[in-house]
Amino acid sequence: MGLKTEIAGIKMKNPVMVASGTFGYGEEPSKYVDLNQLGAIITKTVTLEPREGNPPPRICETSSGMLNSIGLQNKGISDFVNLALPFLAKFKTPVIVNIAGDSPEQYAKLAKILSREPIVKGLELNISCPNVKKGGLQFGTDHDATSNLVKTVRKATNLPLIVKLSPNVTDITVIAKAAAKAGADAISLINTFLGMSIDAETKHFNLGAKTGGLSGPAIKPVAVRMVWQTAQVVKIPVIGVGGIMNGNDAIEFFLAGASAIEVGTANFIDPQAPLKIVKEIEEYLKKHNLSHYKALIGKVN
Amino acid sequence: MPKQENCRILQHQQIASTVFKLTLSSPNLCQEAKPGQFVNIRVSSKYDPLLRRPLSLHRIIKKDNAFQLLYEVVGKGTAILSQTKPGDDLDILGPLGSGFSLPSEKQTIILVGGGMGVAPLVNLAEKIKDQRPKTKDQIIAFIGAGTKAKLYCEKDFKQIADKVLISTDDGSHGEKGFVSDLLYSRLTIHDSRPASIYACGPYAMLEAISNIARKNKIPCQVSMEAKMACGIGTCMGCVIKTKNGYKKVCDDGPVFDAAEIIWD
Ligand SMILES: Cc1cc2nc3c(=O)[nH]c(=O)nc-3n(C[C@H](O)[C@H](O)[C@H](O)COP(=O)(O)OP(=O)(O)OC[C@H]3O[C@@H](n4cnc5c(N)ncnc54)[C@H](O)[C@@H]3O)c2cc1C
Ligand SMILES: Cc1cc2nc3c(=O)[nH]c(=O)nc-3n(C[C@H](O)[C@H](O)[C@H](O)COP(=O)(O)O)c2cc1C
Ligand code: FES
Repeated sequence: MGLKTEIAGIKMKNPVMVASGTFGYGEEPSKYVDLNQLGAIITKTVTLEPREGNPPPRICETSSGMLNSIGLQNKGISDFVNLALPFLAKFKTPVIVNIAGDSPEQYAKLAKILSREPIVKGLELNISCPNVKKGGLQFGTDHDATSNLVKTVRKATNLPLIVKLSPNVTDITVIAKAAAKAGADAISLINTFLGMSIDAETKHFNLGAKTGGLSGPAIKPVAVRMVWQTAQVVKIPVIGVGGIMNGNDAIEFFLAGASAIEVGTANFIDPQAPLKIVKEIEEYLKKHNLSHYKALIGKVN
Repeated sequence: MPKQENCRILQHQQIASTVFKLTLSSPNLCQEAKPGQFVNIRVSSKYDPLLRRPLSLHRIIKKDNAFQLLYEVVGKGTAILSQTKPGDDLDILGPLGSGFSLPSEKQTIILVGGGMGVAPLVNLAEKIKDQRPKTKDQIIAFIGAGTKAKLYCEKDFKQIADKVLISTDDGSHGEKGFVSDLLYSRLTIHDSRPASIYACGPYAMLEAISNIARKNKIPCQVSMEAKMACGIGTCMGCVIKTKNGYKKVCDDGPVFDAAEIIWD
């Protein structure tokens, strides 16, 4: 069935990837899902130095969604290269490494280190994490900072660069255009929305960090709208993320202009979700007599 | 290996006004599960509630290839779960997490359960009886609850344990007071035989038990809780503070050495 694709020069057997931070480095989910069947694996954000993350509680369920305030907890790049990459090397699926830093130079340093690893097929720049003071939103909410960051990383590596955008902006197309102009090979959107939840009985914040990022079905309509707006203004591929739970959701993103999608929160509810989505896309193509999913991209009317 | 599987409901009993005992079929789980582990259940195919709900393994019934959960209805997820019927299938991930670890030599096993915290301790006690007939461990169960109507599994413990001590906050059954105070009063007359404490219950109780264990130099394992998203160790959402940094309740736990935890 027509699902093969190439995004930013990365060849994939289907356009369904797993979103950063919702699949770890693949090891735990591999007990429940065949990693070889995924379009690509995007690993949890890695930083140069280990990060402790935010104080608990870090999770709060909301209506058809969830808030998280993980705060990019990770063991740093050397641990990642030594432990996570060898595991992922056992699979045929392309690995895209999501990176973040406090400065453009840190992103560039990470990019250089990862360029030496043959199994890394691309980088996703996280400039959109709402849960940390540094290495997130301060780049993704300012078009000059976005542009400067992407240019710096572009000089440091030949790997395909996907820039992951934040929805916490007034006009996402401004940031998307800046990233594209600075040399991004693709844009992915959206990361989580900054949110908050308070327990009415105890009068306490439900998250240790007070604020967190909203994800899941609740954010899907906004994600679809932002993908549609962005696809109108950039020529590079747009990757849709946000609340995708099933095949129909994925189709909606293709119609809005996404060339591929990432499955996030759905992995927590059903580790098989990405594979079920692949199957449901195939069924949709069959039902609508389409030979390739690409015939759907941007075809909303 | 843990699995994602549809488990058939064999029995679903209401044992108190808000408490249910759910019996499910799973050969894999019965084979693999250790006391202290849990399952993560998708209670609804709708998106609200969105996340799975974690419940401890309460009993393993090997001869029926079945396992039991004991849960209290506290919110919308457990309310939906309580409506399910024998013959229905539930989407379950498990067994998950680390279990209790058992010492190799003969022990006085001290179980301390508060409220619904008794659930995994029944599984532990049965396993000890089942697997360690030779060591002849003495099992002493301390169980506590707010009031008599909320004290569960007394019968189960009376069948397995050598001694069962009970407390209720309001004095309606057993001694009046917290189960941690009951443990404290009995430990002062504790002899020098090797002992271990296994505790599950509300946070404040576990903290109190942990202090008692430390003062009496008794090894203590506690089963902790946290809000979970994935339940399998990928999201980093369920961490608690330990002397070795943040640890994941779903994956490094839910059972921890009490001495490792940094209590708030
Ligand atoms: C490892 C583990 C094992 C557990 N084992 C059992 C068990 O054997 N029996 C049992 O009755 N309960 C157990 N729990 C608690 C159980 O998971 C929660 O009571 C349940 O998820 C509540 O879901 P709900 O939708 O009904 O409530 P919600 O509407 O989500 O919340 C209602 C109340 O329950 C609390 N709550 C929600 N989720 C959790 C959670 N994950 N942990 C603690 N409190 C929570 C909320 O703070 C709130 O006060 C366990 C929890 C963990 C983490
Ligand atoms: C628990 C959790 C952790 C996340 N961690 C990261 C991360 O480390 N890096 C990143 O770029 N995005 C992270 N995200 C954002 C997701 O990749 C995704 O962009 C977002 O959740 C929206 O998609 P969804 O609604 O399908 O989950 C995280 C999301 C969740 C829920
Ligand atoms: S719940 Fe996701 S890591 Fe524990």
